[in-house]
Amino acid sequence: MKIHEYQAKSLYQKYGIPTPKGILALSIAEAKEAAKKLIAETGSEVVVVKAQIHAGGRGKGGGVKVVKGADAAEAAAKEILGMTLVTHQTGPEGKEVQRLYIEQGLEIATEMYLALAIDRESRRVAIMASTEGGVEIEKVAEETPEKILKVFVDPAIGLMPYQTRQLAFGLGLSKKAQKSFAKLLSKLVDLFVAEDCSIAEINPLVVTGDEDVVALDAKVNFDDNAEFRHRDLWESLKDLSEEAPTETEAKKYDLSFIQLDGNIGCLVNGAGLAMSTMDTIKHFGGEPANFLDVGGGATEEAVTKAFGIILESKSVRGIFVNIFGGIMQCDIVATGVVNATRNLGLKVPLVVRLEGTNVEEGKKILAESGLAITAADTMAEGAETIVALAKAGA
Amino acid sequence: MSIFVNADTRLLVQGITGSAGSFHATQMLEYGTQIVAGVTPGRGGQRWNDHAPIYDTVREAAEKEGVNASVIFVPPPFAADAILEAADAGIELIICITEGIPVMDMLKVRRVLDTQTRSRLIGPNCPGVITPGTKDKPGCKIGIMPAKVHLPGRMGVVSKSGTLTYEAVGQLTALGIGQSTAVGVGGDPINGTDFIDVLSRFQEDPDTDGVIMIGEIGGNAEELAAAWIKDNFTKPIAGFIAGRTAPPGKRMGHAGAIISGGKGTADAKIAALEEAGVKVAPTPSDMGTTLASLLS
Repeated sequence: MKIHEYQAKSLYQKYGIPTPKGILALSIAEAKEAAKKLIAETGSEVVVVKAQIHAGGRGKGGGVKVVKGADAAEAAAKEILGMTLVTHQTGPEGKEVQRLYIEQGLEIATEMYLALAIDRESRRVAIMASTEGGVEIEKVAEETPEKILKVFVDPAIGLMPYQTRQLAFGLGLSKKAQKSFAKLLSKLVDLFVAEDCSIAEINPLVVTGDEDVVALDAKVNFDDNAEFRHRDLWESLKDLSEEAPTETEAKKYDLSFIQLDGNIGCLVNGAGLAMSTMDTIKHFGGEPANFLDVGGGATEEAVTKAFGIILESKSVRGIFVNIFGGIMQCDIVATGVVNATRNLGLKVPLVVRLEGTNVEEGKKILAESGLAITAADTMAEGAETIVALAKAGA
Repeated sequence: MSIFVNADTRLLVQGITGSAGSFHATQMLEYGTQIVAGVTPGRGGQRWNDHAPIYDTVREAAEKEGVNASVIFVPPPFAADAILEAADAGIELIICITEGIPVMDMLKVRRVLDTQTRSRLIGPNCPGVITPGTKDKPGCKIGIMPAKVHLPGRMGVVSKSGTLTYEAVGQLTALGIGQSTAVGVGGDPINGTDFIDVLSRFQEDPDTDGVIMIGEIGGNAEELAAAWIKDNFTKPIAGFIAGRTAPPGKRMGHAGAIISGGKGTADAKIAALEEAGVKVAPTPSDMGTTLASLLS
């Protein structure tokens, strides 16, 4: 799960991690007011107007402006609020900016990079730090990987002082900044573990003119599996406008759905089978419209809902249902498919491949429904057929 | 004959009175698996379906019933605890079916398991392990896989994905090629047993003649396995990697199936496997025939 920068910073503040002073603004007027307030509080005219979207690279895309005075902040807010921001992480369609964060400007001596993530290979929380802050870290990793320092936190022991020293000396920090960095890092590790993060990234982490270390940016992603431990907080941090409505709707039914660019809808059970169904559609020259894993324990209602989401999609020109029933029973899927088409109608070709538990019952339900269904015996045959039918109909 | 499980395996079911636990315990029992005990805290002293005694703790079940394997059907908030309870009781094989365990919990579980060699964890978020059997020569099914598609024989299957395992097994069976053991290692980023652990057992197993290995996007377990295969694995091996068309940065159903920072792509994994001499099937429908083509 992703959250906004301003939300991540409020979480940082809860753990005592220094961030610049900032205020959320949902309108241009609010942005101006926020700037005035910050200027009065800090005595400095410099404020930063930052677009809040769930993607990085906002500065480069024109979503972050450093300005002097409240009027200039208002002008910047006018420019950014409502714009469609395109960054290397949003994809070409970009994201509409609906929230702004107005922040105090700081005097920056050095920009650095700091991130925590789960390292699958060492099975530890990895801490990565670099003197190359404020730029795309992917680029640094590719071009000058030696500039990224790494230490790994043992889950049984936690962060050790020698690891902090390794990073602090490696970053070439002054004595005062080292102390400030050590405090920040220890709190960030606490936050990462206690809040079940999958990523906590600060880019840039800055050393101010006073040699204090401050999180100028903040990114936090949570491990979706840990939602049961943080239900209230995470619920309050969710911004549904940042997610595809179909994905949000599917989540309500415990379905794993991802919207894609193609025109062949798929309904599959199991993540591996769902992924490889997409791959097979592509293999035969088609483009999948979605990833959908109805899982093992999906109810008839959930399958009906899932199939409805696909039926209602305007871009879908054909649908492929591919089920290898293990826990999932073929007759439940068949009933769900029939129910959904009864309510919404079937206007595009439908290919169904059923295999596994209760396959005969499932096939019977489909046959008796009177729907125009093309049956397939294998995944490859089904994919090839639906690609051909979708092309013929388009 | 098989790896990890066989007709002599004495199985404990953790969470045996839950709906999933009870349903699958029944299926396993029907297949011929020896279910010797169940654990549900607070239900000790009762019996499950007039068959297996239920205990409050794993330790007690292990001591009284001579358990050497456990399968876990416990909900995610309690699954890490269940795994460690089984390990603490010295159970040799722990198979965790549960999907949705927080990564932070699995980091701790793995950290504890790495300090000992007695217990092996398979999963979590996996379909389990099956050594197919017949009426005359019983096998052992531990997990949630559909029993019907399996046929006893001499091919191994190892996979991150449940349904793709069924797919591979079903294709082999349709070709008349039986399986020695099929192992699901699970789709989570942190798990107990990886491809190399399973492949090394298949390599040593005199009754396994070839293997299908099924990976997916995310992490680098497939690349590590490829490097290992190149130097150590001498039997015919076919492969498949799911997720060629997956967009980066999206979790594709499995918690571990995500391409992040350009790492963990299907293309990189396929290249590594091919370089190691694994014959990679062009589509998932060709997994069985790809292995068959290596056997002649």
